[in-house]
Amino acid sequence: MNDMTPTREQREAALEGMGCRRKRVEDIRFTQGKGNYVDDVKLPGMLHGDFVRSPHAHARVKAIHTEEALKVPGVLAVITAETLKTVNLAWMPTLAGDVQMVLADGKVLFQNQEVAFVVATDRYAADDGVSKVVVEYEPLPVLVDPFKAMDPDAPVLREDLAGKTVGAHGPRKHHNHIFEWSVGDKELTDAAFKKAEVTIKEMISYHRTHPSPLETCQCVCAFDKIKGELTIWGTFQAPHVIRTVVSLIAKIPEQKIHVIAPDIGGGFGNKVGAYPGYICAAVASIVTGKPVKWVEDRIENLTATAFARDYHMTTEIAATKDGKVTGLRVHVLADHGGFDACADPSKWPAGFFNIVTGSYDFPVAHLSVDGVYTNKAPGGVAYRCSFRVTEAAYCIERAMDILAQKLGMDPAELRLKNFVKPEQFPYHSALGWEYDSGDYHTAMRKMMEAVDYAGLRKEQAEKRAAFKRGETREIMGIGVSFFTEIVGAGPSKNCDILGIAMFDSCEIRLHPTGAGIARMGTKSQGQGHETTWAQIIASEIGIPADNIMVEEGNTDTAPYGLGTYGSRSTPVAGAAIAMAARKIKAKAQMIAAYKLEVHEDDLEWDIDGFRVKGLPEKVMSMKDICWAAYNSVPPGMEPGLEAVSYYDPPNMTYPFGAYLCVMDIDVDTGVYKVRRFYALDDCGTRINPMIIEGQIHGGLTEAFAIAMGQEIRYDSEGNVVTGSFMDFFMPTAVETPHWETDFTVTPSPHHPIGAKGVGESPNVGGVPAFSNAVNDAFAFLGATHIQMPHDYWRNWQAAKNLGVVA
Amino acid sequence: MIPGPFDYHRPASVGDAVKLLADLGDEARPLAGGHSLLPMMKLRLATPAHLIDLHGIAGLKGICRDGDRIVIGAMTTQAELLASAEIGERLPILHETALLIADPQVRYRGTLGGNVANGDPGNDMPALMLALDASYRLEGPNGAREVAAREFYQGAYFTALEPGEILTGISIPVPPAGHGYAYEKLKRKVGDYATAAAGVVLTMAGGKVASCVITLTNLHETPLLATDAANAVIGTTLDDAALKAAASAARAIMQPASDARGPAEYRIHVGGIMVMRALQRAASRAS
Repeated sequence: MNDMTPTREQREAALEGMGCRRKRVEDIRFTQGKGNYVDDVKLPGMLHGDFVRSPHAHARVKAIHTEEALKVPGVLAVITAETLKTVNLAWMPTLAGDVQMVLADGKVLFQNQEVAFVVATDRYAADDGVSKVVVEYEPLPVLVDPFKAMDPDAPVLREDLAGKTVGAHGPRKHHNHIFEWSVGDKELTDAAFKKAEVTIKEMISYHRTHPSPLETCQCVCAFDKIKGELTIWGTFQAPHVIRTVVSLIAKIPEQKIHVIAPDIGGGFGNKVGAYPGYICAAVASIVTGKPVKWVEDRIENLTATAFARDYHMTTEIAATKDGKVTGLRVHVLADHGGFDACADPSKWPAGFFNIVTGSYDFPVAHLSVDGVYTNKAPGGVAYRCSFRVTEAAYCIERAMDILAQKLGMDPAELRLKNFVKPEQFPYHSALGWEYDSGDYHTAMRKMMEAVDYAGLRKEQAEKRAAFKRGETREIMGIGVSFFTEIVGAGPSKNCDILGIAMFDSCEIRLHPTGAGIARMGTKSQGQGHETTWAQIIASEIGIPADNIMVEEGNTDTAPYGLGTYGSRSTPVAGAAIAMAARKIKAKAQMIAAYKLEVHEDDLEWDIDGFRVKGLPEKVMSMKDICWAAYNSVPPGMEPGLEAVSYYDPPNMTYPFGAYLCVMDIDVDTGVYKVRRFYALDDCGTRINPMIIEGQIHGGLTEAFAIAMGQEIRYDSEGNVVTGSFMDFFMPTAVETPHWETDFTVTPSPHHPIGAKGVGESPNVGGVPAFSNAVNDAFAFLGATHIQMPHDYWRNWQAAKNLGVVA
Repeated sequence: MIPGPFDYHRPASVGDAVKLLADLGDEARPLAGGHSLLPMMKLRLATPAHLIDLHGIAGLKGICRDGDRIVIGAMTTQAELLASAEIGERLPILHETALLIADPQVRYRGTLGGNVANGDPGNDMPALMLALDASYRLEGPNGAREVAAREFYQGAYFTALEPGEILTGISIPVPPAGHGYAYEKLKRKVGDYATAAAGVVLTMAGGKVASCVITLTNLHETPLLATDAANAVIGTTLDDAALKAAASAARAIMQPASDARGPAEYRIHVGGIMVMRALQRAASRAS
């Protein structure tokens, strides 16, 4: 050895593997404006489509007059439901087992529903055409309030379902009822409530909001009449699923469909499903023989494309006087809008809402969910959360605070008393999940110490006394949230989408010079996969991350995968990467043994290659093995060094975290100030701490927005009143609080690298922390539960209702 | 979000612009910063056949002193107001307010003339013009005339501008040295219109309010001059009772719409609080 020989630490650092704060490789193009998004796709002869949309929330469509629109220079076609019927595409299946109109077929069910699709030579002409289409409507009674959906005299929304007493998820109780889903032991739960010393009951609403990615949904469809092939560039979080769905509904052989998801500007669940725009652009391309682009604008995205939440959760907890929980009973009224277009695994009409027992050891629990139709946009997607997990976390975390208030206990103390204990893992919850690992007490105590929880409570007591003496008009709230997520859908025994098991995949090919490419079934929308996937490979097989290119989003080259949402990429595809890498490593070991003239078992792995046990100088680096794989493999072995893995996870993963928010509220104006926000996350093994922190910052910002004002609100006529960024709260850097992040590490025992998924934790855990802070601020004035969102005027309204402002 | 077809004109003089407006009639709209008009066109709520862009008219820009008045060209941007030391020294309330308008990108393009001429009750500058007793120069086919800001606003988007007239300048009397001022604006986020806002210009003498003007933004279909509210504090030390009387008098003339910023009741309540806070801050700045 000489001075130039790198140390083990230097060799390890050179890989930039797991644990390294590697800078995001994709940012080189994003920060220079060189990303390639769908709207950057410009093809020769490309046409543009745009929608005529309904101004009414519920109306019969009497006639659609297209003559004047067709006279507009540049307008080539106006597609209506009648056109689509000729190719049997007026309706499309949803991921939730319902059907949805592509274009209004006889009636409209929500404001801004798609009524006709105008195709023109440029975007201006298309919009000129839209303004010339005349639609005759006959307004019908509007149903906005989900609590009135199942009234006997409620208007009939879905005439197409007349006489259907059974839906995709069992019996329907009413013409506006979609499904009832229940889990848990009702008898035992009712019994626990009967003998409970203390109970609480509250209707906790999680209002309708929207994922609103910066880039809206869009596509370019190009049908090649000669080859009979359809190529679709689109904003797809799950490109392979789109290919299969298009093949099934358009009857085009799957090998003749090419789906390409280029760079995507945020998804947050909004880009999982299929929308009318995709179908219309594809049909328009087939009809005209030219490429057709469809790009929705912000108002269309907010008002018509896949909302999130809208869960109304009547929640009861039974407990002993000293604060031990003995039962949980939850009924959810779920507002799905005009069609059930939830993007959940097919057998889960309410997603994984049965994680609602949270981090607590409930001996018994029962949950039932009723889904109903209303005259609102369809959706119900997982906005930066695993399916309905955010709703569940909000429900239990609010309810635990309400119980603490009733018992006169500190909310942190109540949680510590009821946490699942470390020795109980793997833990079987009363509602059917097997939590893989956790150490909740350690995380909670670390949080309490970091923020000086006792000191904050003391300060709050002093401020409350000062408020009561009339010395200040400001109240202080401390919001505690301890969440457990369920992510990584999922095991084939639980999860499928339209019959396809929710595995994910990775194909790694190493090149002779010690470099390689990894192709994935996932699709980054900003998560930084190109950076982190290469880090897993670097650590597994000793090739520097910089030498690994990661490619996603092209269904012709990528192995089949179910895509990126629900924090599933690391738990599922991350595992596939490790498994593919290990296959390569096994072959590499055989090659190294052959070249070093020893038995395989005499070799041991050492950072970036193999060495002979007991002879540290006798080594073969992975780089040299790559070369050898292409010229001197052992006799009988195929040349090359590549592997594919399709990973069906044995279980979900269960990340958790302890969050705390300190907020001050001016009761006279309702104006709040987030003074401090601390977020401790445990996502198991941490692949890239910098990217994790970025994910936490982004998710907390969304949680802040949702809890403090972001909503899709309708008036009594079904008009959206928050349909643009003027009124739909999208915080800027000025409004966004400062975030403090922290972590503990409890690896997943069943995941090859122990990682759990983290992208959605901050949205899941953040919302209850903010809402609990507001509720905690008002608690000493007599409030038990104040509904979200907590924007200025509602805070003032709360203060007024409590009699502290005139 | 795609506007309909229109023709674009870029005259080089006010005379040419006025002539174009006269020739093209109702189908023509003058274009200043465009922050109100262009979004309306993209939504096709406004569909002018002709846009007359005023950016080519050099004479419409600039800030100059004219005796005891400051005259500001209509096409002067909010950013140029902020860059002016003269404004900072003589009309500091314009700086305070310009910084509350939207964000830097908007302020680089948005003009004072467009802000005050459009008649949008959500715009911040009209209330200041009422507070400072500014007058507007309007030029049209029949020549030029001066109209007091306090006479200009007649309803939402409805002003004293006659067909064919362009607002070309704003003339503001310089307030006395040592005056106190404040513009209190409650908004939901950067870039938002006021949930409620109040402007105050006052002078103090011997610890008491000697003169006072209070104006209100976005609490009625026009900006409001709250005369009774101002009278309620003149001669007082701005004690608690005087502040409450001012808030109460101001609230009596507010008629905001209920919107996503909150119900009318809330906007009126916080409107009164903005008045009290503006009075206190203005007084603290007076000498």
